[in-house]
Amino acid sequence: MSLASERQSPTAHAASGSPIIEMTGVNKWFGEFHVLKEIHLAVERKERIVICGPSGSGKSTMIRCINALEEHQRGKIVVDGIELTSNLKNIDAIRREVGMVFQQFNLFPHLTVMENLTLAPIWVRKVPKKEAEETAMYYLERVRIPEQAQKYPGQLSGGQQQRVAIARSLCMKPKIMLFDEPTSALDPEMVKEVLDTMVSLAEEGMTMLCVTHEMGFARTVADRVIFMDFGEIVEQNRPDDFFGNPQSDRLKLFLSQILH
Amino acid sequence: MTDQTLHRTVQHAARTGGDSPVVQPPSTKTGVIGWLRANLFSTWYNSLATLILLYILAKLVPGIIDWLFISAVWSHTEPEVCRAADGACWAFIHEKYRLILFGTYPFDEQWRPTLAVLLYLVLLLASCNRAFWKPWLGVAWVVLLAVIGTLMYGGIFGLTQVPTTRWGGLPLTLMLASFALAIGFPLGILMALGRRSDLPIVRMLSVAYIELIRGVPLITVLFMASVMLPLFLPQGVSINNLLRAQIGIILFASAYLAEVVRGGLQAIPKGQYEAADSIGLGYWQKTRLIILPQALRISIPPLVNTFIGLFKDTSLVIIVGLFDLVGAAKAALTDPSWRGFYRESYFFIAMIYFVFCFSMSKYSQHLEKKLNVGTRR
Repeated sequence: MSLASERQSPTAHAASGSPIIEMTGVNKWFGEFHVLKEIHLAVERKERIVICGPSGSGKSTMIRCINALEEHQRGKIVVDGIELTSNLKNIDAIRREVGMVFQQFNLFPHLTVMENLTLAPIWVRKVPKKEAEETAMYYLERVRIPEQAQKYPGQLSGGQQQRVAIARSLCMKPKIMLFDEPTSALDPEMVKEVLDTMVSLAEEGMTMLCVTHEMGFARTVADRVIFMDFGEIVEQNRPDDFFGNPQSDRLKLFLSQILH
Repeated sequence: MTDQTLHRTVQHAARTGGDSPVVQPPSTKTGVIGWLRANLFSTWYNSLATLILLYILAKLVPGIIDWLFISAVWSHTEPEVCRAADGACWAFIHEKYRLILFGTYPFDEQWRPTLAVLLYLVLLLASCNRAFWKPWLGVAWVVLLAVIGTLMYGGIFGLTQVPTTRWGGLPLTLMLASFALAIGFPLGILMALGRRSDLPIVRMLSVAYIELIRGVPLITVLFMASVMLPLFLPQGVSINNLLRAQIGIILFASAYLAEVVRGGLQAIPKGQYEAADSIGLGYWQKTRLIILPQALRISIPPLVNTFIGLFKDTSLVIIVGLFDLVGAAKAALTDPSWRGFYRESYFFIAMIYFVFCFSMSKYSQHLEKKLNVGTRR
């Protein structure tokens, strides 16, 4: 059973041709600080997008707006046909379809790995416990740590915790996965195991938005790479052009700093 | 063995898991002698402190033991015998323990509060076992409360009616403390959540409640509940004095517990809220499943601290005319023929308070250890 075939059920809201995420003229301020400026972004189904840029450029804030962890203050965000407003019903509906992986994993330390994975399916999707546990085991095998199911997150390595966090999101069978610097808090030897998991997810056709500094991942996996600076999308392109033929000076400078 | 080879052996043993001979620490660092040297006589000032404390103990302990046990009067005897003796007069406790334990509850009916307290303690001990934390335990408590209420108040099943004005002693103390915690704690959790709410009105009301109640002494709250409250009630409506005091203590408890719980809530990283949001949990699901279990676990030490404080604070109800354990102990001293045995009286109730408070403390430590699995590395 592949992941792609599982998520094949077409949504009632949107025709399969239209973008699954549409941000139009999105603006956000933190107090006086204008963190997102007129963001326009359309993401197609199954598209894999990598977002990079210097720290403080608004890339995390942008993807956090997609599942309403941050509230945008102007503009329009439509996810899978549902407009993101302050209406809690819409927010809940979108969060059920959008998975998120955090830099700090954010597993629930008082629950076992298995409980971490089954919590949302049981309480949010109202799946029977047994079925939720079967799904959880399936995804734990996918991220290659089924033997850790009964342990607590504190007993796992960082790489294992992040893979559990990915599995936790997948258990909700999301249509979109957001990754907010998923490998930045990991020891170097653990980065690969997490990236491998993400690559296999991408190969199965998951729609992914990934904020990362792993340029190797961007080159091999991304359909499109986006460069943000000072709250704006400065440049976006296919990976080979993005890295091989950068247009703006800001991107050229950024690339020269991260690719020695 | 040179230092270098020793070093290598230790390293090797650590790496291979110890096939090579185990190197023991020097004998001066282990055993009784080692412990004494390390802990009591490590430096000259540590030795000095040890000797001074030993001297003080040697001066005090024999006197206390003599008063408590050796010179004490144990037999049930006349007050005059006691006055002649140098030690404690346990005959006084023998004479008065029923008054101290049950206050002015009718003498012939005191089997009823005895049974009530015993039933309460049995279920309380059973509730300490986490394996019993099931819905039936809640039902058992409701049934038990009904049974205790019936036993204490009577009026049916051939039990004579005993008005609450005659309740006193240990049952009263346990009742005031138990309801204060059982109702004040959930109320406190709600207030703590309210204080951190995004809704301005909820937040303002919670802050006002907590600060108002916390800003006045318990005595004042009790006076207000007992004396002022009836003034605001419509004519003809009166609330039982005991109930008024109980409500006062509950309000007081909830305000303090709210602040303790808030401390726990603040220690939960923002990422936990975001993770719960991102998987689609609603506010109450998030609070109940993710936030509170963690916040309450880290709050156990200050929570128990507050519990213990409240348990003892119930003794203040004496000022609104209720005879709890302390009040009853004082009442026992008013008997002219037994006047003056206040040391024995207070020692007796101090021991009762100590047993309860120490049990709470020990149980909380046990609970802390049990609930600590998640963060264990």
